[in-house]
Amino acid sequence: MSDTILQVRDLRTVFPTRTGLFKAVDGVSFDLKRGQTLCVVGESGSGKSVTARSILQIVDRPGRIESGSILLTRADGSITDLAKLDPRGRDIRSVRGKEIAMIFQEPMSSLSPVHRIGTQIGETLRIHFGTSKHEQRERVLELLRQVEIPRPESAIDRYTFEFSGGMRQRVMIAMALACNPSVLIADEPTTALDVTTQAEILDLIRKLQKSHGMAVLFITHDMGVVAEIADDVLVMYRGKVMETGPVEQIFHAPQDEYTRRLIGSVVKLEKKAEARTARAAIPAGTKPLLDVRNLSMTFPSGLKAVDDVSLTVRPGETLGIVGESGSGKTTMGRCLLRIYDPQAGSIDYRRPDGQTIDIRTADKASLQKVRREVRMIFQDPVGSLSPRKNVGQIIAEPLKLAGMRGRELDDRVAELMLQVGLEPSWRERYPHAFSGGQRQRIGIARAIAVNPRLIVADEATSALDVSLRSQMLDLMMKLQDELGLSYVFISHDMSVIRYMCDRVAVMYRGKIVETGDTDQVINAPAHDYTRALLSAIPHPDPRNRRMHNRFRYDASRAASANG
Amino acid sequence: MPPPDTNPFFRTVSFMLRYIVKRMVFAIPTLFAVSIVAFIIIQLPPGDYLTTLMADWASQGGAVEAGTVAAMRERYGLDQPIYFQYYKWIAGILMRGDFGISFELGKPVTELIWNRLGFSLLLSVLTLCFVWAIAIPIGILSAVRQYSISDYTATFLAFFFLAVPDFLMALSAMYIMSAWFGQSVGGLFSPDYVDAPWSFGKLLDFAQHVWLPVVVIGLGSLAALVRIMRANLLDELSKPYVTTARAKGMSELELLLRYPVRLALNPLISTLGWILPAVISGEIIVSVVMSLPTTGPLLLRALLAQDMYLAGSLILLISVLTIIGTLISDILLAITDPRIRLQ
Repeated sequence: MSDTILQVRDLRTVFPTRTGLFKAVDGVSFDLKRGQTLCVVGESGSGKSVTARSILQIVDRPGRIESGSILLTRADGSITDLAKLDPRGRDIRSVRGKEIAMIFQEPMSSLSPVHRIGTQIGETLRIHFGTSKHEQRERVLELLRQVEIPRPESAIDRYTFEFSGGMRQRVMIAMALACNPSVLIADEPTTALDVTTQAEILDLIRKLQKSHGMAVLFITHDMGVVAEIADDVLVMYRGKVMETGPVEQIFHAPQDEYTRRLIGSVVKLEKKAEARTARAAIPAGTKPLLDVRNLSMTFPSGLKAVDDVSLTVRPGETLGIVGESGSGKTTMGRCLLRIYDPQAGSIDYRRPDGQTIDIRTADKASLQKVRREVRMIFQDPVGSLSPRKNVGQIIAEPLKLAGMRGRELDDRVAELMLQVGLEPSWRERYPHAFSGGQRQRIGIARAIAVNPRLIVADEATSALDVSLRSQMLDLMMKLQDELGLSYVFISHDMSVIRYMCDRVAVMYRGKIVETGDTDQVINAPAHDYTRALLSAIPHPDPRNRRMHNRFRYDASRAASANG
Repeated sequence: MPPPDTNPFFRTVSFMLRYIVKRMVFAIPTLFAVSIVAFIIIQLPPGDYLTTLMADWASQGGAVEAGTVAAMRERYGLDQPIYFQYYKWIAGILMRGDFGISFELGKPVTELIWNRLGFSLLLSVLTLCFVWAIAIPIGILSAVRQYSISDYTATFLAFFFLAVPDFLMALSAMYIMSAWFGQSVGGLFSPDYVDAPWSFGKLLDFAQHVWLPVVVIGLGSLAALVRIMRANLLDELSKPYVTTARAKGMSELELLLRYPVRLALNPLISTLGWILPAVISGEIIVSVVMSLPTTGPLLLRALLAQDMYLAGSLILLISVLTIIGTLISDILLAITDPRIRLQ
């Protein structure tokens, strides 16, 4: 068929380890057609990234292609088997970047921080066409315009760290498009981005695909994204293809058990958790556990990150705080524990004996008491656990600070590990031996160790695969019911908020623009920004693709209408 | 983000000017502190130049009347309180560029040191160039071929030279060169050229002599730099931007030099600040052994004789060189790493 650009047959990529060969990709076959989007979907570790890298022969050492074929049909009709080429040779290099271009997940670390973006984009042209400096610049400016980067003339001489995450990903895309490739491989290009930015990047890729007639191989773990953009889907699990077919079929008539589970994990997040819909409402007259009034926090740089924020958290309740990165939600969460010193307002915390303490002005001794009762869970399950302590020591740390010792301490650690679904016999292991989801469980066990009353969870599930996300939220709700906890749940993901929060506050540029019961905010949003956030969530139903027609919020335009 | 419409080039230049001025202003209190510390260190041993001198005379059988000593002490200003002596010394330097006189040699310090300081500086710069020129390629090789024979060999040699004391290396090098190759060793010139004016012949003679001390001093610092380069590069080689560049179709060699090596050099530049003092102090011992006309032997003699203005001025000037080295490394780093300039 002349339409097929890339034909992969029985691809096997292996990593030699001490215990034998690890088969990262195990007999994968697929066809990629001109102008079409093939989504490869699976959890982390399923081999989808290695599949993509195998095509360009850029698998990290010591990985190598063991067998199989990757047939690329070039513009002149000739066919090359990429799997047979020398990974360091001239032939494969002439394919990379020119015929097949690739964009990566983390646009910050995937671009060099010390080279101007114009140089990094133009380089591809020099390598493949020997384009002169002057022409390079012209073409790069044109590319920057295509990917809709504002003010290309000055942007071209800037460095990556001067751009936001979304703009960096646009730079990556411009780089990939430089030589008009016939295939674009996108390896989780939107995973590190906000939902609204994700929607914009997906729009851009689709637009460029149409105008360039490219075939796109899109790798993601997010079934919602798949439903929005895919023509065909390939489901991978542990290096093997579980199911493949048109997107309609995958979503509405899945054949494989694993596919059903993947879809189920996303659909589950489409509505409120059963554990929460069934729960009795908190009595109206309950005095709030935390009462924040007119809180403001300005950084020394002059940035007003939190601007006159007021909110309350009642006992046993989950308050969601939602907003894009840069909206000040993380800063706000940190102010609640006085990690930062807010300049104005009050944070009244009610202690079990009924007495209230203003955390903002509290002295050292009372702050210490408060911090035993208010704890935090962090986003990055890797960075927030010390790699030099084993799990038992990590969980025991807050208990030791509280004065617990010996036998009692050991028992408590074991009990906590059971509570969060970890085997107590794993206590001697170090964090690196655990998966992302398990590491986040360790973080939760540490947070609940000293029987806190309030937990501030900052993007606690953002680094996890969708399938793990609902598990983690279920665990947090179970603990809430068992221990009578309250949560302040900070997230950029509306679906996560909808799943578990009782009430939600929407933050935009340091201010709270809307607050109310979750159902009410989600079903009848009062503020345009909330509507924009909601409509940017990928919808896991290919028959009802709504992201493209989403509602966009423009602060300057809305200023007059909305205030 | 800075204002969007400024030209990046002017942004860079204006930043660099402000940065350099700021760093220079910050260097002033450091220099002041160094001058005080230098002066205190010289005063630390009991006695002063005259007690040393008396002991010398006494050992030669001469007797000195108490009145003579008192008169000399008054003449040298040694009877005054320390802070006043310091004030006199530092004021002379600042107002007239006068570093005082050397008691022992009876000459103004300025006359004695400029020439030697020049050679010290030249030797240090040449050594630095030599070490970097050797360390960077070896570091790259060690990182790219990690755990290979060449990695182990380079690492072994680097540590071997680190372990051998400077003076031993200097002695062995001199012995080998003169006994086996018959080369004139010691000093920076052959006897014929020492007092001759500069000429092409003298330059050639200098080049023939200077490489041996450069190699001897340099080999001692080699290990540290090789290891730093290797570790930096190993970190950079696994970064995602390397994969990005590979996916563009860049050749492996160009990729290596253009991206990871370029980034691994940044931390290496900041080592200039401490490698310079290491080279200068290493130079003192080697210079004594190889009798080089640098500040090293002069400083040693001045310290032994408690010739305080000479020793103080030398320590001060060597410290100034170190501060300048740090300043240069800071400026270079700001030029090569935009994250320092713009963030």
